[in-house]
Amino acid sequence: MERMQQVVGRARAAFNSGRCRSLEFRMQQLKALERMVQEKEKEILAAIKADLHKCGHNAYSHEILGVLGELALAMDKLPSWAAPQPVKKNLLTMRDEAYICPEPLGVVLIIGAWNYPFVLVMQPLVGAIAAGNAVVVKPSEISENTARLVADLLPQYLDRELYPVVTGGVPETTALLTQRFDHILYTGNSTVGKIVMAAAAKHLTPVTLELGGKSPCYIDTDCDLAVACRRITWGKYMNCGQTCIAPDYILCDPSIQSKVVENIKVTLQEFYGEDVKSSPDYERIINKHHFKRILGLLEGQKIAHGGESDEASCFIAPTILTDVSAESKVMEEEIFGPVLPIVTVKSVDEAIEFINRREKPLALYVFSNNKKLIKRVISETSSGGFTGNDVIMHFFLSTLPFGGVGNSGMGAYHGKHSFETFSHRRACLIKDLKMEGTNKLRYPPGSQKKVDWAKFFLLKRFNKTRIGLIALALLGIVAAVVIKVSSGSLLSV
Amino acid sequence: RGRLRVHLRATWLSGKTRPMEYRVAQLEALGRFLDEKKQDILEATAADMGKVRGIRAYFTEILLCKNELNDTLNNLCHWMKDEHVDKNLVTQLDSAFIRKDPYGVVLIIAPWNYPIHLFLVPLIGAIAAGNCVVVKPSETSKNTERLVAEMLSCYLDNDCFAVVTAGVEETTRLLENKFDYIFFTGMSRRVGRIIMTAAAKHLTPVTLELGGKNPCYVSDTCDVQNVARRVAWGRFFNAGQTCIAPDYVLCSVEMQEKLMPALREAITEFFGSNPRESPDFGRIVGDKQFRRIRALLCSGRVAIGGQTDEKERYIAPTVLADVLPSDPAMQEEIFGPILPIVVVANMDEAIDFINARPRPLAIYAFSCDSKVRVLERTSSGGFCGNDTLMHVTLTSLPFGGIGNSGLGKYHGKFTFDTFTHHRGCLHRNMGLEALNALRYPPYSQQKLGLLTATFEIKRKGTCTLL
Repeated sequence: MERMQQVVGRARAAFNSGRCRSLEFRMQQLKALERMVQEKEKEILAAIKADLHKCGHNAYSHEILGVLGELALAMDKLPSWAAPQPVKKNLLTMRDEAYICPEPLGVVLIIGAWNYPFVLVMQPLVGAIAAGNAVVVKPSEISENTARLVADLLPQYLDRELYPVVTGGVPETTALLTQRFDHILYTGNSTVGKIVMAAAAKHLTPVTLELGGKSPCYIDTDCDLAVACRRITWGKYMNCGQTCIAPDYILCDPSIQSKVVENIKVTLQEFYGEDVKSSPDYERIINKHHFKRILGLLEGQKIAHGGESDEASCFIAPTILTDVSAESKVMEEEIFGPVLPIVTVKSVDEAIEFINRREKPLALYVFSNNKKLIKRVISETSSGGFTGNDVIMHFFLSTLPFGGVGNSGMGAYHGKHSFETFSHRRACLIKDLKMEGTNKLRYPPGSQKKVDWAKFFLLKRFNKTRIGLIALALLGIVAAVVIKVSSGSLLSV
Repeated sequence: RGRLRVHLRATWLSGKTRPMEYRVAQLEALGRFLDEKKQDILEATAADMGKVRGIRAYFTEILLCKNELNDTLNNLCHWMKDEHVDKNLVTQLDSAFIRKDPYGVVLIIAPWNYPIHLFLVPLIGAIAAGNCVVVKPSETSKNTERLVAEMLSCYLDNDCFAVVTAGVEETTRLLENKFDYIFFTGMSRRVGRIIMTAAAKHLTPVTLELGGKNPCYVSDTCDVQNVARRVAWGRFFNAGQTCIAPDYVLCSVEMQEKLMPALREAITEFFGSNPRESPDFGRIVGDKQFRRIRALLCSGRVAIGGQTDEKERYIAPTVLADVLPSDPAMQEEIFGPILPIVVVANMDEAIDFINARPRPLAIYAFSCDSKVRVLERTSSGGFCGNDTLMHVTLTSLPFGGIGNSGLGKYHGKFTFDTFTHHRGCLHRNMGLEALNALRYPPYSQQKLGLLTATFEIKRKGTCTLL
């Protein structure tokens, strides 16, 4: 508890010193972070491999490439993101300066998850630094190699007081959450999400919660099944199914169910060969606890493919379940593993109804040649994000906000959205101390005349041409003068 | 209560609130409510806030609301549209956009000081965003609460919008239900915490518009009379019961000397020699609040005003001089017609004073020289230089707090955005599968090389991502 107080206290003092406000300082830190990712690439890949049995290709493309991209974007755009934005003015404020000033929030907390242990702390960190905050980073203790590495590396490259790393498990995180932060970004599950928000509530701290859920994947009968199934297979079994936006389950017409299974089987062969266990490209379950949990979901199910497992290495083969009932255990919680249930529905209407009866998911996928059908599903459902005719891909476009809704979370980040998440947009109006004349309209004593002029100024539903504006401004001054004269009070302009 | 919730949720699932025509019709009905029930609204607010001339109420409860309504109606079509976003190399042929989805059934809890405005402006945004809405007006402003409960249902679709009247206990029970968004305006940080804690149980996002002590720094170089008028106007508006009112003044001892007669003159100009008889000066909303504010008078010394009348809940426009940071008036948000002046040596001391305290909803600074160092060296919800209150009348500026003064923002498009889930959507092509080959296993060094090449991360100019 005391240690947490010290760490956060130091970060706050460092923030209050004002050194992270300058853009040069933030750029310097971002550049250092970029150097870290480039220079320590080998170590980072090794840590991820130790945690998740992830091959270099996947680790690089999932975790390093994305971070480098965010860094490049932030460094390129920081001056424009951080600049004050002038806003549209009304008649009353015509002569004033009105703008929104993006400002840092203060000391923010980033709590990472174990499934993509590097990118899920790094990507938010980039945004938080760019926005000028001090950041406490708490990587997930479950992916312990990456956590240790992050704790080692960050202080070697970044300002140690402003960006401390805190390691530890539940007790340490609980202690950390009693401290006051100015924003908390948490990636993880809904149960802990509620705990984080409740802790944040004590300090009125805004939160971004990147949670999960069961992301449905509807396959229409009118679609290229081979292509659809290849894309789904890629997204489902990457990282051994341990992806928050993996297609959790499939909804399709019973008539195509067996074709879907066949296509996925063919693709699995293509991807991982005959013996999946010996493929260097197939990952493992993070630990025994999750291994047992996922195996438990197979109970009583029709296994159309896969089902093999090996506890010693936490290996679970890519598995497909057919004719799954909506009430079964595998359809209750987010699977987060390489098990793909297929639930049959007779129509897109039934699919939409099925989806809407459940909690809003983090992602929603639809495969169809029929554009109208895709549009319809988007319009009649709700989800954090959506990809049509593919899976996962909306995550990689940083101009799209990435986040959940309802049980799958609140808030969003990536690209500019990260910067905005970690900024306070402060409204600024700078007026002139002179020109007191127009202010007279609002001062007591009140009069009907004043009210009429106020209406005139505020309720502008007319076409504002340039001449019109000048004429109105003049009119406003005339009005003020008229009122002054009629009320006989002194005017000092 | 339970039936109401079930009913609203059923309507929400039916999709009734989503088409633009429906939203426009409801918003126009709100406009008619403001026009047709104007007299009733002014009478109710007068009964709640002291029988003053309806000008102030007209301005805040009718005019400003209509302003927001017009802004929304003028722009709704544009706000609702899918926002297409820049694409990267891999998504060039796809459709990428942000869809504006309503949250569902939202709850708006309003306070008593601007009882119509503070539920109506959020309501405008919530309806514009396509939600079903439960409105809970304040039970403290009883007359307005009754008016809203009785009359709003005659204008809005009762399938989608409901008014709930509730005291503290019932509100607590109301909060046990799941809402898809909660918008709360109130003074109390404690209540803000209670709301957010209740929201956490359902993972409901919130906007909390709270309060704080809004400092008002007056530099030595300024036109004293104009400053006095603007500060007095902001402080004594609605008898001080405004969340963004200048709560206290920070200035040098010389400026305090100069301000005093100027403030006295401004108060007389506004309210006459006996403000009690002015039709433009309000009353304190209730006995409890009256007693709380009266107790703050023993701070510093009463330089102007100080008279009170418990029966009328009248507290004269009061200025306290030489107030110390330890005085009662500096311990809580005043929310009444008392303006303490705290003397500081210079601007640096003023800034340190402000930064040593929780971040307020607004900061005001008056100065004739163009440096706005107070702005740069402090943090607050909003900032207004050389005036008070006015930044909230511009709908293009976001209105909200930071830290203890709240989270979230609204007004204009920001209200619409508050009640909207911004959903990232990517609509891809089923063809061109060959392009995807780089991402599929089995992997090789060659594949990774090609992948990295397509990722080409440039520092300047475009940044193309996978």
